[in-house]
Amino acid sequence: MATRQTQFLARSLLTPAVGLLFIWMIVPLALTLYFSTLHYSLLDPGSEAFIGLENFRYFLTDPAFLASLQNTLVLVGSVLALTIVLGIPLALLLDQPVVGRNFVRLMVIAPFFVMPTVSALVWKNLLMHPVSGLFAWLAKLVGLTPIDWFNDVPLFSVILIVAWQWLPFATLILLTALQSLDEEQKEAAEMDGASAISTFIYITLPHLARPITVVILIETIFLLTVFAEIFVTTGGGPGLQTTNIAFLIYSQALIQFDVGSASAGGLVAVVIANIVAFFLVRIVGRNLEA
Amino acid sequence: MARKSTTQRVVVSTIGAWFFGFLIFFPILWMVLASFKTELEAFAIPPSFLFFHWTTENYATVQERSDYFLHAMNSIIIAGGSTLIALLIAVPAAWSMAFSPTKRTKDVLLWMLSTKMMPPVGVLVPIYLIYKSFGLLDSRIGLVFILCLGNLPIVIWMLFTYFKEIPRDILEAARMDGATIGRELVYVLTPMAIPGLASTLLLNLILAWNEAFWTLNLSTSNAAPLTTFIASYSSPEGLFWAKLSAASTLAIAPILVLGWFSQKQLVRGLTFGAVK
Repeated sequence: MATRQTQFLARSLLTPAVGLLFIWMIVPLALTLYFSTLHYSLLDPGSEAFIGLENFRYFLTDPAFLASLQNTLVLVGSVLALTIVLGIPLALLLDQPVVGRNFVRLMVIAPFFVMPTVSALVWKNLLMHPVSGLFAWLAKLVGLTPIDWFNDVPLFSVILIVAWQWLPFATLILLTALQSLDEEQKEAAEMDGASAISTFIYITLPHLARPITVVILIETIFLLTVFAEIFVTTGGGPGLQTTNIAFLIYSQALIQFDVGSASAGGLVAVVIANIVAFFLVRIVGRNLEA
Repeated sequence: MARKSTTQRVVVSTIGAWFFGFLIFFPILWMVLASFKTELEAFAIPPSFLFFHWTTENYATVQERSDYFLHAMNSIIIAGGSTLIALLIAVPAAWSMAFSPTKRTKDVLLWMLSTKMMPPVGVLVPIYLIYKSFGLLDSRIGLVFILCLGNLPIVIWMLFTYFKEIPRDILEAARMDGATIGRELVYVLTPMAIPGLASTLLLNLILAWNEAFWTLNLSTSNAAPLTTFIASYSSPEGLFWAKLSAASTLAIAPILVLGWFSQKQLVRGLTFGAVK
């Protein structure tokens, strides 16, 4: 039973958080919008002028935009596919009676806690170095030519590193969901003579549909803005081969100092993220009513 | 009838799980091993796995050459500060929404979530320019502020889902006994909310410690936390693998330990309560 006084208090407790988040969301976004209509270069101060949608035309028709959009989609799609395709069997395996399961789980979850700059540099140097890396040594051991990872397959190398970081996340969420699966349902299916495969397809997989959706949406939000891994390994190169949207905007803003065009790019990124967010908010929102 | 746990099945799944677990953990293990090698050994082909000359000189070198403690301290201040401030703002807000919900509470929560969806790169330009004009570039306070705002929605969400689980009858009983809202908050609610608060704190510390967009873009040297410090190894001179490994091991060790303690809350926090 809430009195008027309680309600007033409740509202005043909520205000600072709402106010701060509102400012945090509106002010920079409004500024981005404003800058995106200006000719504004930090290298040429004082030359700011309103140029309408020119920055958007420039950004969207720049070949670098299409290349980076493609790289972004390939990166997000591949990492999602890898983490889910590997995450499901891994979660199923960890859901089995395993001796020392807690310890194994610690090993599996560990990469998620490693800061992005560390994982990227350790992979790039200690593992993927074309001469002295561990992969090169393993390749030579079985008689293959070592791959020069960041020259021959730069985007794939970044994908591998990012997938390694996110596989634990997918696995942990799927495992949590598996553990809430009703055992009796599976037992009943087994008693009725269902094979392990059909139990998986008709009982386990439908149960995993929701956590898989959640994994896809949350990973997508973070993967759309992968930055540190590219920043410390390839710097977007060679050429534009590992430049994603986030890195493109960064380089226009802080390397080329083209504020106007970077702002236009920023708004494009916001629009792309919002399309994903729309679906996530709907799914999480449904959960609020339960 | 319990599910069949024949010995054979246990053996097979145990071997499988340990094999894949080890495979996933291996890069971290390899890095820790390299941190105890000399630079020459770290670079050597064929690599030595255990039988090398163990040394701790890399750890000393890292501190001497690059003032490791300054950056570690920056990480602690930035991650800790932003987490504490976020909690101070979020606790009242989450409390209010969990216990005095209105028709709009759901909309407010979803709106807060949506601010987290905004890609940081979308507001990089204005934030950078604002920071530049206020002299906040490469300052700890600037990073504390931005990480606090960035994680605030997650903190509020997590606290909200925890507070929702506190039985409301207890609050009503306290109110009947004439407890004021202030007392209710301090003596009834807080003790029950401590587990939730602790997990939120832990998860947010991890997120802030590893944050590598704003820290890379807004700090260079004085305020640089470990993320930025490690990034400086991307353009090195000479042999540096052992030193990189030593610096990296130090940078991830504390958070790895915290992270292992908070696995369960991690799922809940990062999925905004959608998977528990």
